[in-house]
Amino acid sequence: MSFPWANEYKPNHPFMQWMDEKLPIPRLVYNAVGAGYPVPRNLNYFWNFGFLALICLTIQIVTGIVMAMHYAANTAVAFDTIEQTVRDVNWGWAMRYAHANGASAFFVVIYIHIFRGLYYGSYKAPREMVWLLGVVIFLLMMATAFMGYVLPWGQMSFWGAKVITGLFGAIPFVGEPLQQWLLGGFAPDNAALNRFFSLHYLLPFVIVGVVVLHIWALHIPGSSNPTGVEVKSESDTVPFYPYFIAKDGWAVGAFALLFSIAVFYFPNALGHPDNYIPANPMSTPAHIVPEWYFWPFYAILRAFTQDFFIIPAKLMGVLAMFGAILVWFFLPWLDRSPVRSSNYRPAYKKFFWFGLIPTMAVLFYCGGAPAEEPYVMLSQLAALYYFAHFLIVLPVVSAIEKPLPLPYSITESVLGHDEGSHLRPAHGATEAVHPETAPGHTA
Amino acid sequence: MARILSILVGLFFTVALAWSFGLGFYTWATEPAAETAEHEFHRHPKEVHFASDGAFGKFDKQQLQRGFQVYKEVCSACHSLSHVAFRDLEQLGYSEGQVKAIAAGFQVPGTDQTTGEANSRPGMPTDYFPKPFANDIAARAANNNAVPPDLSLMTKARHDGPAYVYSLLTGYQAQPAELLKKFPDAKTPSGLHYNPYFANLNLAMAPPLTGEGQVEYGAGNPRPTVDQMAKDVSAFLIWTAEPKLEKRKQTGLAVCLFLLFATVLGYMSYRNIWAGKKH
Amino acid sequence: MAETEGVRRRDFINIAAVSAAGVAGVGIVIPLISQMSASADVLAASSTEIDISAIQPGQAIKAIFRKQPVFVRNLTPKEIEEANAVDASSLRDPQTLAERTKEGKENWLITMGVCTHLGCVPLGAGEGEVKGEFGGYFCPCHGSSYDTAARIRKGPAPSNLEVPEYEFSSDTVVKIG
Repeated sequence: MSFPWANEYKPNHPFMQWMDEKLPIPRLVYNAVGAGYPVPRNLNYFWNFGFLALICLTIQIVTGIVMAMHYAANTAVAFDTIEQTVRDVNWGWAMRYAHANGASAFFVVIYIHIFRGLYYGSYKAPREMVWLLGVVIFLLMMATAFMGYVLPWGQMSFWGAKVITGLFGAIPFVGEPLQQWLLGGFAPDNAALNRFFSLHYLLPFVIVGVVVLHIWALHIPGSSNPTGVEVKSESDTVPFYPYFIAKDGWAVGAFALLFSIAVFYFPNALGHPDNYIPANPMSTPAHIVPEWYFWPFYAILRAFTQDFFIIPAKLMGVLAMFGAILVWFFLPWLDRSPVRSSNYRPAYKKFFWFGLIPTMAVLFYCGGAPAEEPYVMLSQLAALYYFAHFLIVLPVVSAIEKPLPLPYSITESVLGHDEGSHLRPAHGATEAVHPETAPGHTA
Repeated sequence: MARILSILVGLFFTVALAWSFGLGFYTWATEPAAETAEHEFHRHPKEVHFASDGAFGKFDKQQLQRGFQVYKEVCSACHSLSHVAFRDLEQLGYSEGQVKAIAAGFQVPGTDQTTGEANSRPGMPTDYFPKPFANDIAARAANNNAVPPDLSLMTKARHDGPAYVYSLLTGYQAQPAELLKKFPDAKTPSGLHYNPYFANLNLAMAPPLTGEGQVEYGAGNPRPTVDQMAKDVSAFLIWTAEPKLEKRKQTGLAVCLFLLFATVLGYMSYRNIWAGKKH
Repeated sequence: MAETEGVRRRDFINIAAVSAAGVAGVGIVIPLISQMSASADVLAASSTEIDISAIQPGQAIKAIFRKQPVFVRNLTPKEIEEANAVDASSLRDPQTLAERTKEGKENWLITMGVCTHLGCVPLGAGEGEVKGEFGGYFCPCHGSSYDTAARIRKGPAPSNLEVPEYEFSSDTVVKIG
């Protein structure tokens, strides 16, 4: 789909015409990220992070394929092969550090991407499917990152594998056999390492597949924008090429600069020193933590210190940890506010900036801190607000809040006037409820 | 309906958390956590600087050679260096011939070519540093039940690694009277040695650097004080953990400068393309 | 006039930005390609010492050098004679036995055990193996026959079996590499 005013692909060169008849990939690209895709003109820099996420995925796949060329998934040599890659393989050190820090960069980008979607209501109709696929990508990323962290077979790799598969042991009745099935043994060993390697290589390509669906689903209604008002006319949009290629292009440059500073000057800052100690199944490190991008969820896991009626604390923690992500699947139906962007939702905006964001900060901090007071109590309060925010605050606020008047159109919000604004309905806010009346949908 | 369900699920989690928090808070308020000697007397590594620090850092090869000498004459009796090969020592400024001679000074595991039995032979540049003990059990048996860790990655395997190694080597001292007064049960067990830079304060390694001149540095080098030897061996271990450090930093400088230039160009191009387009 | 100048300057910036992206792309590709070439541990000068004291005339052994077989053969006087009887210039890869051995040690023929055709290991070094019609080595893959100086005489191989760099550390020990 596209808006009626979208540029049409018209190949000039005979070869491109021939190609267009036989296999219209150039047309696909033109309509997806070229001049054939009209994008709201008012996107701010938060909208660059989708493109950056794609760059990160590419970095990870390319450097990952390189790492796999030098790696051996065997507990006897896995640690040594990584060291050998770093020391002896040409540019091996750069590949290893780019891959390890690439994972962190990917999560930084994806967290900003997710919270942009939360703030601007990008999950709402008509973009629910984009959001749902995004959550699936996030879950796949977490699985991939976790299994990748196990591969160097250092102390944190081993104990991370043990603890995370131990989570499944909390499931009543089937937990223990399930854990044994996941590991292919009683504890992480060759069987587990081999399957983690296999899946770590496979899942990124599954992610690529879901990313294609994510972008496809996005192109049906078109991109959202900071006002949350749907595109109405040609003056609301600019073609993706050259406008957003230029904007994403320089953002990629800035990202690459920051990423390079991390890779070349602070390559181990986000890693844990204990993972430079080969795995030792006989001794647990004093303070085990997952990689930083799992900290909020790890904090939620550890926040449950007491049995709740008949539910053991361990099971509660596991339920809550998975629940904390699964709740995102229901957001499009929990948030009933007709207004997408929090800029026009005075009450929800406060809950977002003074509730959700500090909560995430506390969860990030406490998830990486030792399981001592006051960190446990802090993460309990933060986790409490986390669930309250999505499951109680969001549905209640969206029902009772009185939103601010929306601009008639993107054009009006940018230029201060829009020739079509005499068509403005009596209540500006009702516009967003009926996105199917947007001109794009008649095409 | 969805909303009621959601609020119920929300209440389930929040009440469970409130319950955990309440009980936790009560315990915390009524029974303050016991102080531990580790918590109170453990010290963060001393501040120390190396030539390889910073964005333009380079190895001081002379110092690395001294550090290697300390490793060879002191540490290697108990600690392996298993990721380092003798050929790597050429990076410290040794010639090919010197490396061959150093390698030949170590006995490495070999195979008797006629009987097939395990034996040992002089090392070659392609060999890796041999392990001082056949396995962990032998290492444990010879070292008061503690396995001396491999040193090749030591400065990356500890927080603030280089400073940690330096502090640990220079940090041995008598157990403070204050500590014993406060924690009478925390007396250093016999066979262990008090060191505030070690995580649990008592470690099995006896002070390895005992006095000035333990290692004889050649002419033109600083006096081999304990402090100097500790610094030198720490610098050496920075190199063993990250032999590509110099190349990494040099490449990084070129890459970052180029990216800065490219990003500025990209930004100018972006401003160009959007010129006249309000957004 | 000023207008067109401005347009040109703007185009120039866009072209420069795209070129910078191109340079970055090439910069990324170089390490990606170079990582596949042999690593430092593989390239590290390796050498193999072989004790040849037990090899009787007419016998040969296989040793390993750089993960490939090396043939060490103690030629009999008859084999030496046979090799010298051939006019080197008539061969596909003209070399004399003397050129392929060390002075004073003409009976020690040391070659890589890798057929120069497509890399199989020729027969003839092991006890009881076929030596081919020229009494040296015979490659069963595609039928290359080598003579007693391991020179190619018949079959598809383009050149003689390669003589690696080696030296005699003593009368009984050879150091290859």
